[in-house]
Amino acid sequence: MIWDLHCHLSGVDGQTPDERIANLMEYADRMGVERLVFFMGLQWSHEPTPDDLRKQNDEVLQAISHWHDRAFGFAYVSPQHVEASLAEIDRCIANGPMVGIKLWVAGKCSDEAIDAIIERAAELKAVIFQHTWFKVTGNLPGESSPLDLATLAARHPTVPLICGHTGGDWERGIRAIRSAPNVSVGLGGYDPTAGVTEMAVRELGARRVIYGSDIGGRSFASQLAKVKGADVPEKAKQLILGQNLRRMLLPILRAKGINA
Amino acid sequence: MIDVNVSLSRWPFRRLPDDKTHRLVSKLKSAGVTHAFAGSFDALLHKDVAAVNSRLADECKTHGDGLLLPFGCVNPMLPDWREDVRRCHETHHMRGIRLHPNYHGYTLDQPEFAELLALAASRNLIVQLSVMMEDERTQHPLLQVPAVDTSPLAEVLKQHPDLPLILLNSQRDIRGEALTNLAVSGNTYFDIAMQESIGGLTKLTNLVPYERILFGSHAPFFYHESATLKLQESNLGETIRQAITVDNASKLLHQK
Repeated sequence: MIWDLHCHLSGVDGQTPDERIANLMEYADRMGVERLVFFMGLQWSHEPTPDDLRKQNDEVLQAISHWHDRAFGFAYVSPQHVEASLAEIDRCIANGPMVGIKLWVAGKCSDEAIDAIIERAAELKAVIFQHTWFKVTGNLPGESSPLDLATLAARHPTVPLICGHTGGDWERGIRAIRSAPNVSVGLGGYDPTAGVTEMAVRELGARRVIYGSDIGGRSFASQLAKVKGADVPEKAKQLILGQNLRRMLLPILRAKGINA
Repeated sequence: MIDVNVSLSRWPFRRLPDDKTHRLVSKLKSAGVTHAFAGSFDALLHKDVAAVNSRLADECKTHGDGLLLPFGCVNPMLPDWREDVRRCHETHHMRGIRLHPNYHGYTLDQPEFAELLALAASRNLIVQLSVMMEDERTQHPLLQVPAVDTSPLAEVLKQHPDLPLILLNSQRDIRGEALTNLAVSGNTYFDIAMQESIGGLTKLTNLVPYERILFGSHAPFFYHESATLKLQESNLGETIRQAITVDNASKLLHQK
């Protein structure tokens, strides 16, 4: 069972969200990926306006509309626009089919401005995915590091959070969130450097490690390799490839009547 | 399959799960690899390159189980580097050499690089040029090594149109039209280790002729499964798949 935490509507031909997700699903079929989580739309910006957020969420809503049980959506929100983000959470999650939120690089998640977004998502049992990187070449001004996420996690110790990209520089990323038991790491969106999954399982336990790809910029292949090629027990691989994400999503999926 | 991009010894910044030769060989065998072009991680930072190459040749012979083909390192910034070329060829009977211009501090428009290519061509050696080893964003803060600037390469290769040159780990830095231009400049090949994006190999075959694409994993730094799963993800068809995984590299090995 493979569930993919981290998918975008990019990297394939197609003028519309419907065309693109159909093309992406052909690759998912070939790689045995059963369920996929999509977020962000056809054109990205580092600092999206409220209109951008709505437009991109509309595109994901359209894309997943024909794939009810297979493709899930996370609402793209921004700490720069808290009220607009809360409105998007209500529109897309409380009153729509989406099941989580995605926070990218508009503002650091350690900033308390984000708290209202986190609290509302938690009320709805929506899964919270925060992009993180430790770039030795320098992060973007609003780009969170895993240390920012650890700060957020300490303010919300009962809310499950996902550390996107494992911080990129995963040897630092894993250490940064190690002592925050409510934080899991997403394995997608960086090179398939050998040893990452072994370290994550060793330091966090397999239940805090989640497979994701970051298609279409990345491939299923390179990102699945992090799990399939890892020297960890088969049971750990099963948790990472699908069981952990399913466990996190199941309450909200059931609430929406989605069979999983 | 023939894997044109593996490395032995130790990555300088962490231990890797398969950095013992017997484990790497076992992994390669289980993936169906019959031959692998092997360089050495020691080549990146060691100055006693002759010893690096000697150990590499010995390790391939002793623990390679007939699978590992050593590709020695030449650093043209070191004194008497031409002797390293001679030893790779005459002493160790290597089929080719592997270059790391970014770790060794030279650019591709320097005369030493042109001379090195000429020397390799005169000895019928395959030349591998590693464009990068690691994502620049995750490098050690005290050793940040930019990717090789390949912009002078097309001009240099005009002098050596038949020299087999394999660019390793190139597609993060060289994309689109730049890849296409390099493919028509000389006898240039590309491995797939850093080819990314969904259906990446199909996209690569749209940019360069499939006869110039080689199966390369960058193992053990990368999980070897990354390269093999790319073959599954792109629906290449048997002819192209066979060319990329076996035939193209085999022709290079047997080219006189």
